[in-house]
Amino acid sequence: MTTLQLKNIVKRYKGQTVLDLSLDVADGERLVLFGPSGAGKTVLLRLVAGVIDPDEGRVLIGGEDMTDVDAEHRGVGMAFQNFALFPHMSAFDNIASALTARRFSKEAIAAGVEKVARLLKIDHVLSHHPKALSNGQKQRTALARALVGSPPLLLLDDPLRNVDAKLRFEMRLELPRLLAAQGATVIYVTQDYKEAMALGDRIAVMFEGQLRQIGTPADIYDTPAELEIARLFGDPTINLLDVVPQRGPDGAFAELSGVRLRLPGFGPEIVGRACVLGVRPENITFTEASAVGAIPVTVEAETPLNEKTVTLTLTARRREILVSRPAGMPGPQAGPAHLAVNSRATLLFDKGSGRLMRPSEPASKRNGEAA
Amino acid sequence: MEAMSPLERVLRGIALTLVVVFFMFPIVWIFLMSFQTNETILRIPPSIVFTPTLDNYAALITGKLQTAAGTLDIAFMRNLGNSVFLSVVSVAVALALGVPAAYAFARHKFRGSEDIAFTLLSFRFAPPLLVLLPLTQYFQWLGLSNTYFGLIWVYQLICLPLILWIVRGYFEDISADVEYAYRIAGHSWFSTFRKIALPLAGPGIAAAGLLAFIFAWNNFVFALVLASADKQPVTVGALAFVTASGIQYGQIAAAIVLSITPTLALALYAQRYLVEGLSLGAVKG
Repeated sequence: MTTLQLKNIVKRYKGQTVLDLSLDVADGERLVLFGPSGAGKTVLLRLVAGVIDPDEGRVLIGGEDMTDVDAEHRGVGMAFQNFALFPHMSAFDNIASALTARRFSKEAIAAGVEKVARLLKIDHVLSHHPKALSNGQKQRTALARALVGSPPLLLLDDPLRNVDAKLRFEMRLELPRLLAAQGATVIYVTQDYKEAMALGDRIAVMFEGQLRQIGTPADIYDTPAELEIARLFGDPTINLLDVVPQRGPDGAFAELSGVRLRLPGFGPEIVGRACVLGVRPENITFTEASAVGAIPVTVEAETPLNEKTVTLTLTARRREILVSRPAGMPGPQAGPAHLAVNSRATLLFDKGSGRLMRPSEPASKRNGEAA
Repeated sequence: MEAMSPLERVLRGIALTLVVVFFMFPIVWIFLMSFQTNETILRIPPSIVFTPTLDNYAALITGKLQTAAGTLDIAFMRNLGNSVFLSVVSVAVALALGVPAAYAFARHKFRGSEDIAFTLLSFRFAPPLLVLLPLTQYFQWLGLSNTYFGLIWVYQLICLPLILWIVRGYFEDISADVEYAYRIAGHSWFSTFRKIALPLAGPGIAAAGLLAFIFAWNNFVFALVLASADKQPVTVGALAFVTASGIQYGQIAAAIVLSITPTLALALYAQRYLVEGLSLGAVKG
């Protein structure tokens, strides 16, 4: 276990900044780097591993400045997205390569390789060359090579990207246990939000080389700092509706198909501003037409997704709203219906900047106390 | 392969035979000539029926050439030895210098690296005769003319750019991640070069080395101008067969057979590396 600190790291390629951030990873933490491709996640891992150098900033591993230390002396383990196995070596030699550099005895190397190979269930293919391995075995060999030296800092670059869905699911279950047993500080890169939620103690969301939000999986899911982040987390995706809040008797409200939806906590400061209202499909339910605040819609289509059923509905202005309900719960199949929105679970974003707007209630309360 | 109709198979066979005959005919003809005397070679009409003789080979190996005007000394075996020595050492030097340079050009883009690489390639553009005159002057001034050292140096103009550019391509084809992985596993850049880059580019290096060897072996003009009799390779030495009493076709044919043998043997031996080299792209992942 060790800590990692990236201080004001800047990396440019051909005059373009591809990375510009600071990041702290705690001892033994499992941090997931999440973002679309081209966000700079892989560049960041390589900077930490020491195979590329930052243009500015410092890399500290375990509190020690490693910025100018060569990759082979940093003592990190890394698994590559494309596996990067040595094609001319057997799986055994591939894994052993992380030990041979440290001048261990032959027996110690063999024992170390056997142990990690058993753990990853590839002990029967150790004599094979990468060409003779299946994709899953290649992926496990790459992982074994990263793990075998018990590095205090483990960098995993989307290791499940190039394996089939079944294996990915298995590994998603297996990895947390494996990594916990390893006791290393882990940085895990992925583009799959479910993987990020399943594996991360914290998730760092990156766009265009910048860190946009960092927090626990629940933080990111419940209060995404930006529209883009809200859109990337969640399946089915969050409903995003353009609204212009208006002033009501008890705070601001948004109008959806002529129905007023309260925006709890928001005051006059947002009235008249172009906003985007975000509501997760699971926070919308079907309700009776007579219920207070029921929004009239037409049911368009229904998609069963194993544990839940997702319904696509359209408002009078033909805006799409997705509604998710647990499978087995009855719901309308077609025709007119009414929706109830859990107003406590709504998110309001500024349309211009895309940033999440926080309720100003605490501030107004303080004002009230002052008065 | 898909099943072929008999007609298709026959046509394909005929086409292949034609190609093989077309390309092999001169070599076969020379091979036959090497076992004949000048008289049987030059008779009209020509015939492939003759009593074979080993005189031509005997003359080459003993260095005594019997002509109508008497016995002539030829240094063919010495020329052959020179060819082997010059080509082998030139390729060895070019590999020792060119492979690390190719790696540097492939992996480290530094200011002016493309320009340097291109300058090295441009040695191949210049007509050799253009370079030769100033080179001869300098070599005489430096005392390098008519030395093996000087010849091997000049042969680098042939071998080095070839090896540099071919091998560089092979190094560039190796995924950088594979090398990164070895570095991160705790190995120095030099051992990464030795244990990862070199073996993976091995077939390419073999192919480039073979090609450079053939080019060096076939070189004529550098050796003609810069080497005197005892340092000449076979390409220049073959001129000795044009004698006052006529051209010794039989011996020339025997000399050709002897001088293509090393390259042919090397090419056959290196064939599997060449094939591997061509399929190097398949090692990804």
